[in-house]
Amino acid sequence: MKTINLTVNGRDFQLDVKDNEILLDTLRKKLNFTGAKEGCGEGECGACTVIMDGRAVTSCIILSVEADGSELETIEGQSIGEEISVIQEAFIEENAIQCGFCTPGMVMSAKALLDRNPNPSDEDIDLALSGNICRCTGYYSIRDAVKRAAEKKGGNK
Amino acid sequence: MTEEMIGKSVKRIKALEKVTGNATFVHDMEVQGMLYAKMKLSPHAHAKIVNIDTSKAERLPGVWSVLTGKDLPYKVGLYLVDKDILAVNKVRYQGEPVVAVAAESEEIAEKAIELIEVEYEKLDAVLDVRDAVKEDAPLVHENIEELESAPVFFPKAGTNIAHHTKIRKGDVDKGFEEADYIIENEFDLPMVDHTAMETHTSIGQWKPGKKVKLWTSAQSPFAVRNLLANGLHLNHEDIEVTVPYVGGGFGGKAGIHFEPLVTCLSRASQGRPVKITMSRMEEFNSVPVRQGLFSRLKTGVTKDGKIVAQETEFLWDSGANADYGVNVTRAAATAGAGPYEIDNVKLDSKTVYTNKIFGTAYRGFGHLEILWAIERQMDLVAEEIGMSPYDFRMKNALRRGSVTITGEHIGESHGKITECLEAVAKEIDFDNRSSEDLEKGKKRGKGIALLHKAPAMPTNTGTAAFLKFNENGSVNLTLSLVDYGQGTYTALAQIVADQLKMPVEKVNVVFEQNTDTQPYDWQTVASKGLFMSGNATIKACQDMAQQLKEVAAQPLRASVEDLIIEDEKVKIRHHKDQYVTFKELAMGYTYPNGNGIGGPLVARGNYIAQGLSNIDPETGQGHPALDWTYGAHAVEVIVDEETGEFEVKRIASAFDVGKVINESNVIGQIQGGVIQGYGSAVMEGYQFSDDGRLLTNSFTDYKVPSIADIPELTPIIIENAQEDGPYGARGVAEHPMISIPPAVANAVQDAIGVQLKEMPVIPEKLYELIEEKKNR
Repeated sequence: MKTINLTVNGRDFQLDVKDNEILLDTLRKKLNFTGAKEGCGEGECGACTVIMDGRAVTSCIILSVEADGSELETIEGQSIGEEISVIQEAFIEENAIQCGFCTPGMVMSAKALLDRNPNPSDEDIDLALSGNICRCTGYYSIRDAVKRAAEKKGGNK
Repeated sequence: MTEEMIGKSVKRIKALEKVTGNATFVHDMEVQGMLYAKMKLSPHAHAKIVNIDTSKAERLPGVWSVLTGKDLPYKVGLYLVDKDILAVNKVRYQGEPVVAVAAESEEIAEKAIELIEVEYEKLDAVLDVRDAVKEDAPLVHENIEELESAPVFFPKAGTNIAHHTKIRKGDVDKGFEEADYIIENEFDLPMVDHTAMETHTSIGQWKPGKKVKLWTSAQSPFAVRNLLANGLHLNHEDIEVTVPYVGGGFGGKAGIHFEPLVTCLSRASQGRPVKITMSRMEEFNSVPVRQGLFSRLKTGVTKDGKIVAQETEFLWDSGANADYGVNVTRAAATAGAGPYEIDNVKLDSKTVYTNKIFGTAYRGFGHLEILWAIERQMDLVAEEIGMSPYDFRMKNALRRGSVTITGEHIGESHGKITECLEAVAKEIDFDNRSSEDLEKGKKRGKGIALLHKAPAMPTNTGTAAFLKFNENGSVNLTLSLVDYGQGTYTALAQIVADQLKMPVEKVNVVFEQNTDTQPYDWQTVASKGLFMSGNATIKACQDMAQQLKEVAAQPLRASVEDLIIEDEKVKIRHHKDQYVTFKELAMGYTYPNGNGIGGPLVARGNYIAQGLSNIDPETGQGHPALDWTYGAHAVEVIVDEETGEFEVKRIASAFDVGKVINESNVIGQIQGGVIQGYGSAVMEGYQFSDDGRLLTNSFTDYKVPSIADIPELTPIIIENAQEDGPYGARGVAEHPMISIPPAVANAVQDAIGVQLKEMPVIPEKLYELIEEKKNR
């Protein structure tokens, strides 16, 4: 057991974690941020994507002790009450959601991309999202949603 | 306003919950006092269980129960009841659950599993269907003739053949005599995994009085309830099944899966709720898949391109259980000549047991598999007789007046496959295939493939819908069809809005399904959801409209016949300023003096498939199809003629959907389905070692398409209304993935002339064929 400090969506947490505990379990089971999902447990599907210190990471292959002192953003931090983010709006408008299981991870990968590149090309989008598997949509609407979000944010002009 | 409701891209219901991470899947659920289950899996494809020692596991602190097959004398299944909850006496595939544990944490459960020792005696395994049908083949199941099954399936004693569907039309020998060419080919495709993003997960709780409460990631709450009741000998009313948000299904969550296991573990753990969640590796190893298929097609054709005879054998690789496999075999056989009119057909479709993970429903229900063979054969025949693949298809395609292989007449209300074919060929400029603009060694190719499918379901499949008003004049629609991503609820909300002339925002389709409170639906499968639940919903709306009018007639002092519904009001037809609002009627109308009439409004509608009949066991003649949805794909590829590497440049896909209810969701189904079919076409497939161990049991070894893989896609929607569909609509959920593989392979054949007969289409195989061709 080790005591770690995490900032999640701007809120500070101090908690005890096991040496082999993965960040996804800490977020889901201890802090009840259940938006991130476990789709494979080996960093291949992206359903567990969160942003750690500005970078999209697959939280199922990060040890919680590695995340000590880091700033995390999860899907729960993307909306405040009834107000949702531009990316989330774009996902709804482009019908880029079917079953919804991959959606939180997809949105977080899209956010990490647009935070560092407000004006992404199709290739940039594909690269940033190629680690997120969606079995429902065929991805076209997701790509369109990221483009629409970039436009809404003032990029892609 | 309301006239525009049908066909409009209304925003998806529950999108907000999903995009905010607020949607709760069973994956996310915890119930007070919950235990965690883990399973010990068979390491062998076929072995006798000599001994199981669970004593160490039972003594481990935190373990509540340990179960083996001996503790569970039940068989479970839908069509052919051949599934054990845990292996009994022997294991039939690598990955089969043998022992299960419930413990206070997943860690303890895993530890307990490691402490269990199972002694096996290996048996000869049979892995290939061609071996499994031989007389001396090892038997996967003994005494299959004693298994309980739906009355239309016939397991053959002393063999591995769980079912045999025969279709006989015309005189095939006479047909071959008339033929100028007879062309025979064999085709093969591997098992494929659904890879729904949410793996199978269920929570079960045993309650006093033999009652059960279940929360499960399933497509069909009532099928789970029915099969659990039948399997464990319980009363239906004592089982409550809840299905919240479901993270994808694609057929893989149809029927019943781990619900009986968690129920039995809870019973053995003093009624503590027990949750099981498949790891991705378990999902690949122990959860059923799409069946493999070996096909042999012999086609007789005249010089002018008319198919006059077709002899077909399908051997379905059902794996170790055939519960669902038998019905895939049957359903696909009824479409087994492809969307073509052929006068003389002899078709034999057999479900074959092997010692591999077993098969189940998968989007397309056998049709992707058979159409791989049929649509490849079409191009091979066209090449042989020197006819364009387009003309050859056009000449033989089903059209008004055609008779299908089961004797069904194609009539006015059917879709038009010829329009689909024309549309996609035009879209990719099929006749123009020059490679002049490409770099040296690259060849352009174009391929087309057709498809058709009707819902595969019992002839008496039924569904129902309830509608009730809320205090503010909004309505709740409840039904047990599950929307795990298709978008059907949004379309149903549009139907209610249109029928009752109210804003779609005021229609709440209840999302979480529960067998105690919701009306019956057979299963969410077969692309029958919008068709059947749409019809039931229309009937519920008509019932509601009648009730609204009957109550409103009194304060309006008008007869029911003179009332109309408009703008959330019941109005007198010729005096529209005289009306009563829905809100005033919702809970019962109240007169100014306080008298109340009517009462809270509740309406119902139901629908049962019309005019279907079982097919004759000897000839296959009958009426199995609720509605046929037709489609076509055209694909352009650029292939390296030396290495076989290729790029799919674009795909055009057209479907005759009858009538669009929600355009955006139809497009969503087409895009998602095409890419799922693309995965099957170019990258997916189970691989086994020689002794039957699965080699592709992670996303590292089993690749599915990513956003970086998708080619350009043009969806095309064609609307020839289906007379009995809601507003003329027919299903289009499964169809987009069917026939993508042959369209790709046909394009490759067009580009470099190699004749691929085995899926998936990968450069390694093309390279071999290129080398073979050079050496010929």
